Amino acid sequence: MARRAQPLGLATGIAAAGLVLCVAFGTLGAVALRAEGMARLGPADWAALRFTLFQALLSAGLSVALAVPLARALARRQFPGRAALVTLLGAPFILPVIVAVLGLLAVFGRNGLVSTVLGWAGLPPVHIYGLHGVVLAHLFFNLPLATRLLLQGWLAIPAEHFRLGASLGFSARDTAQLLERPMLRAAMPGAFLVIFLICTTSFAVALTLGGGPRATTVELAIYQAFRFDFDLGKAALLAMLQFAIGGVAAALALRFTVPAAAGAGMGHPQRIWGAGSGALRAQDAAVILLATLFLITPLATVLLRGAPNLLTLPVPILIATLRSLAVALCSAALTLSLALPLSALINALPRRQSRLVEALAYLSIAASPLVVGTGLFILLFPVTDPVALALPVTALVNAVMALPFALRAIAPAHARAEADFGRLADSLSLTGFARLRLLILPRLRRPLGFAAGLSAALSMGDLGVVALFADQSHATLPLQLYRLMAGYRMDQAAAAGLLLLICSLALFWVFDRGGRLDADA
Amino acid sequence: MNTPFIAAGLMLLTGVATAQERPQLTVMTYDSFVSDWGPGPAIEEAFEANCNCDLTFIAAGDGAALLARLRLEGVRTKADVVLGLDTNLTAAASETGLFALHGREDEGFDLPVIWDDPMFLPYDWGYFAFVHDKTTLPEPPASFAELAASDLKIVIQDPRSSTPGLGLLLWVEAAHGPGAAGIWAGLADNLLTVTKGWSEAYGLFLEGEADMVLSYTTSPAYHLIAEDDDSKAAAAFAEGHYLQIEVAGIIASSNQPALADAFLDFMLSNDFQAIIPTNNWMYPARTPEGGLPAGFETLITPEIALLYPAHEAVAARDRALDTWLDALSR
Repeated sequence: MARRAQPLGLATGIAAAGLVLCVAFGTLGAVALRAEGMARLGPADWAALRFTLFQALLSAGLSVALAVPLARALARRQFPGRAALVTLLGAPFILPVIVAVLGLLAVFGRNGLVSTVLGWAGLPPVHIYGLHGVVLAHLFFNLPLATRLLLQGWLAIPAEHFRLGASLGFSARDTAQLLERPMLRAAMPGAFLVIFLICTTSFAVALTLGGGPRATTVELAIYQAFRFDFDLGKAALLAMLQFAIGGVAAALALRFTVPAAAGAGMGHPQRIWGAGSGALRAQDAAVILLATLFLITPLATVLLRGAPNLLTLPVPILIATLRSLAVALCSAALTLSLALPLSALINALPRRQSRLVEALAYLSIAASPLVVGTGLFILLFPVTDPVALALPVTALVNAVMALPFALRAIAPAHARAEADFGRLADSLSLTGFARLRLLILPRLRRPLGFAAGLSAALSMGDLGVVALFADQSHATLPLQLYRLMAGYRMDQAAAAGLLLLICSLALFWVFDRGGRLDADA
Repeated sequence: MNTPFIAAGLMLLTGVATAQERPQLTVMTYDSFVSDWGPGPAIEEAFEANCNCDLTFIAAGDGAALLARLRLEGVRTKADVVLGLDTNLTAAASETGLFALHGREDEGFDLPVIWDDPMFLPYDWGYFAFVHDKTTLPEPPASFAELAASDLKIVIQDPRSSTPGLGLLLWVEAAHGPGAAGIWAGLADNLLTVTKGWSEAYGLFLEGEADMVLSYTTSPAYHLIAEDDDSKAAAAFAEGHYLQIEVAGIIASSNQPALADAFLDFMLSNDFQAIIPTNNWMYPARTPEGGLPAGFETLITPEIALLYPAHEAVAARDRALDTWLDALSR
């Protein structure tokens, strides 16, 4: 159905895919080529692999399962502060690891809120360190992301369908069965895959909350190979293993994905009918309240901890903030200019090939940041000064890392726009940039805004490859935050963490809001 | 009629030429050294005041990341001096063949051990120690055995990703040898968690998550001097404390050998050494003329200094890591 004239030439899409491949796999190849001799995996590496898989499956499964009631509640309820809540949902995901971990521990740690309350009741403190701690932290990071991804799915069901359902006297169960379940069937595997891939590259979170070397992940094994043994072959092999896990997961997830089968709508704002019973209201309220408490409390501790020193942050922090904002904006622009042609390519290719492209784009999440950074360094060092390119390279890598989320949001909406209005556009001979401007972009405002916001915010908070390249004059805000901590300045670091959170959220809000303006009209 | 432009162009060219005439010295070091809150900026200013040169720092993670970066760059490295390796890394660093001999005799170091490495010169040092809060823990354990017998919670760093984390492994290995496995088995229930790096661990400790954190005997000096807070202290352990000696070396292929050599002289001079205590929070390799800053006299001074010689450190490291993983993965 989609093999017709596309607004963006396929060549652009193929070029974008090539760039993504270069960053994700070319860097791995560069590291492997620099290696001397063949590497072998030992028992400790297999143990790391087992732990990585297990915690990632558990984390992703729980995140997606819990996101279903939350996304549904948010989709069918209107309440004051809903928009703010949806924006705040983006926050945990974009926080630098260390800030988020300290926030989580301020709530669930030995000296945290929960333990303090338990202490009043004469109970021992909670012991957060262990597999349950790892999963809890991954839930904190990824439940909001899963919710956002599923919420996109809900909002993509045309309002007419709900109205038709209501006029046919659908019960909540009928709505779930006939409208929501097909959408979830289409959206859940992708959301699961994305979160599974994120969790496979987890390292600092898994280690800190895992409570010891039993919580060794593949990424930590890569660290060990690189800095402990300087065994580049092994680092590359482990990174390949990480891709293999991701590849299998992607193949499975995309196999289970069926395209959404809902027909065309007029793009009216949504109102879900037939969900008005008291029990359902109470259920939704409880779900939203619990999730909000779980997600907002650690953020509130970040706010309280950072606020006292926020206004007295030293000048280098402010300069780094401007630098980070610039990188974030470039990264967002790059993400969109990669995601649009890729999404066009995915929609234009026959299904089998399009899935391959999609899977490859997803796999960039499974790329080891250390291997990507090292590979880029190996590639750039002979030709130029990698330090001088630290910021552009960081923006590029961040853009590629954000691409899967962007595609997740853009590609389905893109396909729908083509499916719903493509024939009309064809009959009007609407091609090239006119088609992009008049048909695609207006239909994609919401996912484009979301993707740009997410990319900018992710880039803002990501330490990324800049840590491998940067010198004094290229430090970004996350790097400065770590430097404050390394210099014992934990209070200022907390304030820098808060500043980072504010900037990330503001970026996300501005773009996401921009994308949703039409929906509120 | 183009004269003004030509003149401007000529002036521009000469300006560029003057900038190029000033020789450039590149020092590769770890990230916290070049940070705005580390010794880097003050050291750059002090050196440039006399060298008629331009000192540039390039930074890479920590000591181990620094060595990995240097290995990646190989002979094409732009670095003239590498500063920030420690004695656990110098054997591997000298095997790269990238470093030149420093050609100095006894420099009168104030180190707890004798220094006779022909390739690397120390610029600061410190003892690893468990730091605690005196108000909540007035009587800390005085040995690993006492710590293991207590119900105190400690937070340490992973030896595979962190320098202090590796230091602790070598500390236990050097102090207890074959008994190291037993010590780790005893410490297993004291171990709150293991973090990726020093910052995370120290952050957790300051937030009250753990009773003690693996750091340096000099850490309390930061709180005392910079924050006027005397509540932090390091616990003295009867078996002695493991040393970290941080060193620098000259890259053999440097095109500024004289300047690099001058930098090593400067590194051992009063100007550099006086910056170290309150910026890198370590002991200077040579005590500066005015002595150590006020507050350093309150720190514990271990009677036994433990340190593997560079050529034994690699074997000890691999042995200690196996012991550690074995004891804590059960």
